[in-house]
Amino acid sequence: MSQDPELLRRLLRAKDRMDAASHEEWPVRRLARVSGVSAAHFARSFKEAFGVPPHRYLLTRRIERAMALLRDADLSITEIAFETGWKSLGTFGRTFRDVTGESPGAIRARERAAPSDLASVPVCFLRAAHRPDLTIAVSEKRRQEADDTKGTNETEVP
Amino acid sequence: MSQGVEVVGLYVRDQDEALTFYVEKLGFRVHTDARNGDYRWLTVQHPDQPSLQLGLFTPQSPMLDAATAQTLRELVAKGAMPPLVLAVDDCRAAYDRMRARGVEFTQEPVARFGSVDAGFRDPSGNGWKMIEARR
Repeated sequence: MSQDPELLRRLLRAKDRMDAASHEEWPVRRLARVSGVSAAHFARSFKEAFGVPPHRYLLTRRIERAMALLRDADLSITEIAFETGWKSLGTFGRTFRDVTGESPGAIRARERAAPSDLASVPVCFLRAAHRPDLTIAVSEKRRQEADDTKGTNETEVP
Repeated sequence: MSQGVEVVGLYVRDQDEALTFYVEKLGFRVHTDARNGDYRWLTVQHPDQPSLQLGLFTPQSPMLDAATAQTLRELVAKGAMPPLVLAVDDCRAAYDRMRARGVEFTQEPVARFGSVDAGFRDPSGNGWKMIEARR
């Protein structure tokens, strides 16, 4: 599964743009334009290069940023939801819980209580290390958790 | 100082392009540029840091087999290589200066935790954080 490095460099540019403005809307067409490829080609190549579809990558960045703001910023949870690109507090709360397993309020309380000994690690790298590792779609994760509570033992094969 | 790290290497896709970038856009100086056939040992250095050389190397034969070299070229282009940090006195001034020279910034200067940081990439895809040294 070898990919052209020149294409990868352009795909990276689209990924960088999402990183820089994860609160913005990033439809595939917009990303494809950044990379200079067709929309269909972009979606396929991005997933092959970075292991996740572009919209899911964007989701992990939004959650990562929301977690950082919950920890460090004096903004309400509603403000953080809009600041990180969600259109409603409900969707933010539900998605956040589905991805991280905890509510935004619970994470805020825990993070603020914990002392930090990581002051000498550059912040950006620290954040990236706390990015949710979202290997499956959120809808799939929800479904698996629903199945778990019903007591099924079947393992989903992705 | 006679002991310590002397050279740290980066993989780049094209040494001429990398040389232009690090020298003309970032203000590094060439330390060594030596060729032996297809092989080119190329290092640059920060003007304020004469004890460390930054090597600009291409993944190539005969040190690497063709498949490994291709994998490395892909990794570099995907931005998968390890973090690099450039310390500067004034992040915003450096950002303005470098941006005017055409450096591809991935993050504008942001003030946080008592410092200011920005992010950029070299033409190959190596990602740098530029962090203002705390005074």
